Amino acid sequence: VIQVLNLLLGGVFHAAALFLVAAGLQLVFGVQKILNLACGSFYALGAYAGISAVKAALAAGVPAPLFLVVLIATGLALGALGPPIERLLRTIYERDEAFQVLLTFALVLMLEDVIRFVWGAAPYQLGGVYLVYGQLRLGGISIPVYNFVVIAAGLAIAAGMGLLLTRTRFGGIVRAAAENRGMAQALGVDMARISSRVFTLGLVLGTVGGALVIPAGAAVNEMAIELIVEAFAVVVIGGLGSMRGAFVGALIVGVLKAVAIAVYPEAEMLAVYVIVIAVLLLRPAGLFARATA
Amino acid sequence: VIGALLLTAALAAAAAVPLAGRDYYATLMLPFFAYSVALLGLNLLFGTTGLLSFGHALFVAVGGYTAAYLGSALRVRSLEAMLLASAIAAVVVAVPVGWLCVRYVRIYFGMLTLAFGMLFYSFLYKFYSLTGGDEGMPVARPTLLGQSFGDLDKTAYLIGPYYYYSLALCAVAALAMWRIVRSPLGLSQRAIRENADKAEYVGVRVRRYRFYAFVIAAVFGAAGGVLLVVPTGLAAPTLAYWTHSGNLVFMLLLGGFSHFFGPVLGAFVFISCRIR
Repeated sequence: VIQVLNLLLGGVFHAAALFLVAAGLQLVFGVQKILNLACGSFYALGAYAGISAVKAALAAGVPAPLFLVVLIATGLALGALGPPIERLLRTIYERDEAFQVLLTFALVLMLEDVIRFVWGAAPYQLGGVYLVYGQLRLGGISIPVYNFVVIAAGLAIAAGMGLLLTRTRFGGIVRAAAENRGMAQALGVDMARISSRVFTLGLVLGTVGGALVIPAGAAVNEMAIELIVEAFAVVVIGGLGSMRGAFVGALIVGVLKAVAIAVYPEAEMLAVYVIVIAVLLLRPAGLFARATA
Repeated sequence: VIGALLLTAALAAAAAVPLAGRDYYATLMLPFFAYSVALLGLNLLFGTTGLLSFGHALFVAVGGYTAAYLGSALRVRSLEAMLLASAIAAVVVAVPVGWLCVRYVRIYFGMLTLAFGMLFYSFLYKFYSLTGGDEGMPVARPTLLGQSFGDLDKTAYLIGPYYYYSLALCAVAALAMWRIVRSPLGLSQRAIRENADKAEYVGVRVRRYRFYAFVIAAVFGAAGGVLLVVPTGLAAPTLAYWTHSGNLVFMLLLGGFSHFFGPVLGAFVFISCRIR
């Protein structure tokens, strides 16, 4: 039982990061109708920048337990990149999907090279702070408390996103814009501003996600393109444009991967794509077809 | 007439490259020929029929691995046999995959092809005993038209007989695709791209012609895959990875998909940029 619990927690930990990136993807797809592949690059960027920021902070004498604050602040600060990138994407809102996907794919390639240029090609690690919050002993196994922190943060952000979209004026406008862009504009919504903000919010979800998980692993150049396909699987399973879909999809993919690794490692990725294809064929709109954002 | 002149000039220039004595640049032309063949197929799917595949690298990998498998497991050395076998393998894979994919269009078609590509990638990557896992499979030097050229070293072989073999195959592929695009089949596919509903209304069997485009593109992709792995001597799972598919689409758009030779130009520019 303990072993199963450990397994599930590992899956949920991965799902928390996946959810953040997929939520950003969904948000941008909902409003701008662009499948933004670069969401994975934002995740990688958050991870690399997070490591650098925490290292700098520790060197400057910030007490180790505060590194979580530094990570989140880094993710938020990277939001400054949102408006200029959105400005670039704005040129293709009216174009064919193929060109939109390609432009974001170009962004992925460029950001990957930027990361390689700034941080190098070797894995980049944040040693020493992962276990600062101690470990939780359960039976024969121990789980770092930090994993729970990340899961809790993922849940909190999910709840926050839900509240933001359903309870605030901004959320109402976002949902209206997702429903009918032209109508929202006709009713006096400044779509250029909303687009810019929504894109920045989506970007920040990605960078915070990347910054949060990185103490548990190492940042590598390939992390962006690997995460994009997983986030892609999440949104396909959950349904394009649906926030609830991103949540459930992330849980399915995260836990499925964890279970597959334990039961039959060869099927780790295979299982995910089999489900993706099954969902696409049987319910092309995803499990949560009614879009909420 | 100008087009024909340009084409002849380009062919002559391509044929002259190995003679220039810069062996390195001649070997760089080999992936260009391989990608040209694959992209001619992809352009039938996208430029002519209007379906954007984000998983076309799947078929490049099918071709590459078929060549590797024939060479290492069955000890077949003939490149013609490899090309034939990879074409058959591509059809075997493309028929069920295409049958499922062409029921969707636009972004859903792209996502479905991406998912199939990644499915194949994870199969290549994880089933170590069958595919060599992340190390891939070595590809032995094949014989060309029954000749082994055993007295040439690897570079001499690649920029000599293999170079002209690739160039010839590329030309044959272009000729075949030219005929396909100009045939009633290609005409129907262009009609589908412009307006699928109207095409259906005037009697074009939209889904069937999309399916044909998918299968033909798969065969061209596999042939390109064979040409691609011989110079490197390795079929690796990254051939099927989604970024490889993305690069294929990139080259296609770089050269312009509305012109017949656009993809070939795109491949050339893309490879030229990559080596700097």
